[in-house]
Amino acid sequence: MVESKQQWKAWLYLAPAIVLLLVFTVWPIINTVAMAFMENYSGLAKVGGESAFRIGFGNFVRVVQNSEFQSALYNTILLCLITVPVSTVLALLIAVALNAIKPLRNVLQTVFFLPYVTNAIAIGMVFAAMFNIVGNIGGRRQIIVTAGIVNNVIEFFGGQTVNWINNGSTYWANMAVLIIYIVWNALPFKILILTSGLQSINKQYYEAAKVDSTPRWRVLTRITVPLLSPMLAYVVITGFIGGFKEYTSVVGIFGEGMGPAHAQGRMNTMVGLIYDSLATNNQGRASAAALILFAIILLVTMINLYVSKKRVHY
Amino acid sequence: MTAKSASVMHARDLKKISGRQKGLRILGQSGVYLFLILMAAIVLFPFYWMIISSLKSLAEYRLSRPTFWPQQVLLSNYADAFTTAKLGVLFKNTMIVGIVSTLLSLVITVLTAFAFARLEFKGKELLFAALLATMMIPGELFTITNYSTVTNFGWRNTYTVLIVPFLVSVFYIYLLRQSFLQIPNELYLAAKVDGTSDFKYLWKVMVPLALPTLISITILKMMGAWNSYIWPRLVANDEAHRLITNGLRNAFTDTTGDVNYPVQMAAVALVSAPLFLVFVFLRKYIMSGVSRSGIKG
Repeated sequence: MVESKQQWKAWLYLAPAIVLLLVFTVWPIINTVAMAFMENYSGLAKVGGESAFRIGFGNFVRVVQNSEFQSALYNTILLCLITVPVSTVLALLIAVALNAIKPLRNVLQTVFFLPYVTNAIAIGMVFAAMFNIVGNIGGRRQIIVTAGIVNNVIEFFGGQTVNWINNGSTYWANMAVLIIYIVWNALPFKILILTSGLQSINKQYYEAAKVDSTPRWRVLTRITVPLLSPMLAYVVITGFIGGFKEYTSVVGIFGEGMGPAHAQGRMNTMVGLIYDSLATNNQGRASAAALILFAIILLVTMINLYVSKKRVHY
Repeated sequence: MTAKSASVMHARDLKKISGRQKGLRILGQSGVYLFLILMAAIVLFPFYWMIISSLKSLAEYRLSRPTFWPQQVLLSNYADAFTTAKLGVLFKNTMIVGIVSTLLSLVITVLTAFAFARLEFKGKELLFAALLATMMIPGELFTITNYSTVTNFGWRNTYTVLIVPFLVSVFYIYLLRQSFLQIPNELYLAAKVDGTSDFKYLWKVMVPLALPTLISITILKMMGAWNSYIWPRLVANDEAHRLITNGLRNAFTDTTGDVNYPVQMAAVALVSAPLFLVFVFLRKYIMSGVSRSGIKG
């Protein structure tokens, strides 16, 4: 019969993908969940960690009690709570502004998309150069550095220069640079989604508002935002998911030390912590941390979906 | 309708208002342009600063009054960057991994998407839903086990380890299946009547018709290889197989303090250049791929 012939032929087409998925996607899901409950376990046969392990919640307890985990969690949540709203509002304003003009629109649209196709590590290094110190580094053997355009600008306007990311800088100065970089990096995707959303809004609403001579601000809050709310919800949800996986932007700015020279590891994030556990052959704890990260992302996404169900107009 | 009758009724009043409105509108419009140009300048500044700095001499870079155009253009920074970071080997490695993994990935994606779009088999819907569900899981969860798997396979520090584990992308399969589904079924049935085999139909009809999507996938995959950092650092950080992003980070470990920034910025510019070229020439494919997905790289 033709039907049964099609059956096996279909599986032939699927075979390469299914084999690879079984090895590199399905097995990892099972194995990672299992490893999270195996204490003192290392997945590498060579290290000999497979011999002695206990089943239990020990990995989760150890991860949660670890002060590095707590600071990584704090950093990640803080970054999300600040960068997602800031970048969403900025992207919304830029998208609405783009939608309101005709000449130069394409050029500007292209400019705003440019940061999307960049290498997060490479441009992070540019930001690090821009936020470098102006003045002296070190105690007796002073090195004189006059670079760091941001501090140059602050000096030009008569302000006090800030030690943003160098040795001895404060936590909040580091955080500020990271936030600026992440927002800069997050804008293009959000602008792209929101501008394409704006183009699908029916022009009649705006014409009606024009006849009533509704002020711009009211048009934005009463027409644009409600009609754009599905897109806004999408952008916020993907923003939170991406935010909880933040890692390379920190590496770009601070290097693999994940912090300024005097406080290495201070700016570490959840993903960074998982890789640290892997590097020390602690598969069990890395798995537990990854599952906790997954649970957090799931929870935040569900909260987002719940809120948007109440607030989004479809 | 209502707008029309209103304008007939209060034509004079409206004219008066619209005069005032016009003034306000021009003011508002220039505000909009001011805002957009300011934001565009902020977005572009890091690129501008990267290029300018890469052309300066170290002494000029350190002037307390920064110059916004190099007094003397120093192209030797680029040569220095190329040798310091051993960019040649890194470029070669990244190209090998990028091209091979893109080609293999395209073949697998086309076959899988075709099965899901055109062929009938038991459990099709269930399997597709299961595939989509895996997209929700953060990649770190896979990486932990994959790290053990490739180590136990003895794949560490080879090209294989950089290519094979990520050949299948559920997202690409989904994307291509969507464009395959848009090709009318009549075409398929007509080909069947003519006795064309499924395989021939796939390569002669469907692939050419879905070319824009395939180009989007190619670009995203190549950009992924160019920008990948975490996995290569974990499993192939030896000099012979190191990829570009890793190499860049390793060559310039210091980001702060007394660093030869012009050379560092030249290296960053060299690594960014291919991405800019792709952006300039293939922007529309990237944008359409991205706006349908929401996935970076």
